[in-house]
Amino acid sequence: MSKLTGLLNWVDARFPLTSSWKEHLSEYYAPKNFNFWYYFGSLALLVLVIQIVTGILLTMSYKPDAAQAFASVEYIMRDVPWGWLIRYMHSTGASMFFVVIYLHMFRALLYGSFRKPRELIWIIGMLIYLTLMAEAFFGYLLPWGQMSYWGAQVIVNLFSAIPLIGEDLSLWVRGDYVVSDATLNRFFAFHVIALPLVLIGLVVAHILALHEVGSNNPDGIEIKDNVDPETGIPRDGIAFHPYYTVKDIVGVIVFLAIFSTVMFFVPEMGGYFLEYNNFVPADPLHTPDHIAPIWYFTPFYSILRAVTYPLFGIDAKFWGVLAMGASVMIFFALPWLDRGRVKSIRYRGWIFKTALTVFVISFMVLGYLGTLTPTPATTMAAQILSILYFAFFILMPWYTRIDPVKSVPERLQT
Amino acid sequence: MDDQPKPPPDTAKRRFLTIATGTLGSIAAVAVAAPFVRSMMPSERAKAAGAPVEVDIGGIEPGLMSSVEWRGKPVWIINRTPEMLATLPKLEEQLVDPHSTQPLQPEYCQNIHRSIKPQYLVVIGICTHLGCSPTARLRSGDENAMGANWPGGFLCPCHGSTFDLAGRVFQGVPAPVNLEVPKYTYLSERRLLIGEDSNGA
Repeated sequence: MSKLTGLLNWVDARFPLTSSWKEHLSEYYAPKNFNFWYYFGSLALLVLVIQIVTGILLTMSYKPDAAQAFASVEYIMRDVPWGWLIRYMHSTGASMFFVVIYLHMFRALLYGSFRKPRELIWIIGMLIYLTLMAEAFFGYLLPWGQMSYWGAQVIVNLFSAIPLIGEDLSLWVRGDYVVSDATLNRFFAFHVIALPLVLIGLVVAHILALHEVGSNNPDGIEIKDNVDPETGIPRDGIAFHPYYTVKDIVGVIVFLAIFSTVMFFVPEMGGYFLEYNNFVPADPLHTPDHIAPIWYFTPFYSILRAVTYPLFGIDAKFWGVLAMGASVMIFFALPWLDRGRVKSIRYRGWIFKTALTVFVISFMVLGYLGTLTPTPATTMAAQILSILYFAFFILMPWYTRIDPVKSVPERLQT
Repeated sequence: MDDQPKPPPDTAKRRFLTIATGTLGSIAAVAVAAPFVRSMMPSERAKAAGAPVEVDIGGIEPGLMSSVEWRGKPVWIINRTPEMLATLPKLEEQLVDPHSTQPLQPEYCQNIHRSIKPQYLVVIGICTHLGCSPTARLRSGDENAMGANWPGGFLCPCHGSTFDLAGRVFQGVPAPVNLEVPKYTYLSERRLLIGEDSNGA
């Protein structure tokens, strides 16, 4: 027995090292037919690591003080060695995080990955998504530019639409009567410690829940239903390591190439990743003429703006906030809204395929409209698209049941 | 001693102790959460910063406006011309709350021009929708791309809410209520005190 094996045995007697390695990597059996859409889980993990490492480095030079914040970001960009790289990596990483997460969620819609028995994986994933939105929102205030300031002002005021407690709630979130130094300081605390802790905890729970039930796949067939009785291994499963670790490395390389291209050549992405108005220091007395949230929030922002009618004696503002909240929260109900007999898009009928296509188009066009200054025409378009957006969910129990599905084979089709 | 059989555990007592520990523990947790939650409310320093401000309004030309900061918010003072004031009674049909029934102004400003002296409007320049600062579109007509019927007023750049020259909100926009009028008082013909009136604070 070599010294190294001896050391490993010593550790294994005191900590589940080898057994954890086996359970989650070398003997975690995943379906053999993972395709392109299965890259985004591991890529999300990669972006999380990039954000944490670059975030720690930024914290070393950033000042969470209303009088110094804007200048400290410029200091990072100009004077800190490689500061510009680290800052652009973090800002590009934020947008790429949402790109990856949206594609990851779309994969779940395509192949029914949220369906029984994976409801909890989906719910934990949605909690990750909500935490990530909060993390992005808090982080966006930190550069203390005009968009930071007025974006925070608008979002914090959303709470004031809640009847009775709303005004006090937004006062509590802000810690002042307007967005101020107190607000910046606490958003910094949430952004660098509170939410990252929650995020890491949720990511661990997401992976543990996934490894408990096993991965879904593009056919939506449960590989655990067909196990080799001698080995106890699913016949259509392959070990995650080395097969999928190697596949994911290919994804990582391609992803990093795209990431670097954005970071080095178009870090502002034409105003979508870093908005132009945010290069102007925050001015509490002057709202910029055109204010829009960063791209990953714009679909929900469009829905907020689309509600312009009061209802049941309560003003439009309350209903707008409610509609926006509902447009995010309704994703949680997906496992119970979908009554289809098959999981994967491969075996669904034309009705679901049409519904999903309409939904994706609505989501993207709403996102585009959310970046524009509102006009009567765009408001009207956003109203129609908001109805289509909600119809995808609300009508789902009905149209998934009558959808003419194809028969699902016993084994994976590779 | 060892030969004697152990008496059966007193489960009722155990349950009582479990519930008592759990209850008292929860009370302790709530008690400690209260100061944590309270610590996020505005500090004494933030509260003290809300002192009233004095403004000289003599320099505001007719038809123009000036902006001052009070409690970190923009307060506008608009010197309205007789033509601007003449638009106010004509708009009743298009407004949400033309008679200012919502308590968004001191009692002495609950009138058609929403001010102490008709000429000068004093209003907090924060949109009642989500807190952006509207931009002035004081001139009537299509001069600033607001449409030929525009009577003059304010446009919020965030979500398109519009207000008239008395800060009253138009119908069919996201903002639910009129702009807020702060407490203020005339110290002299050309000096205003914003944030305090003759009734004290």
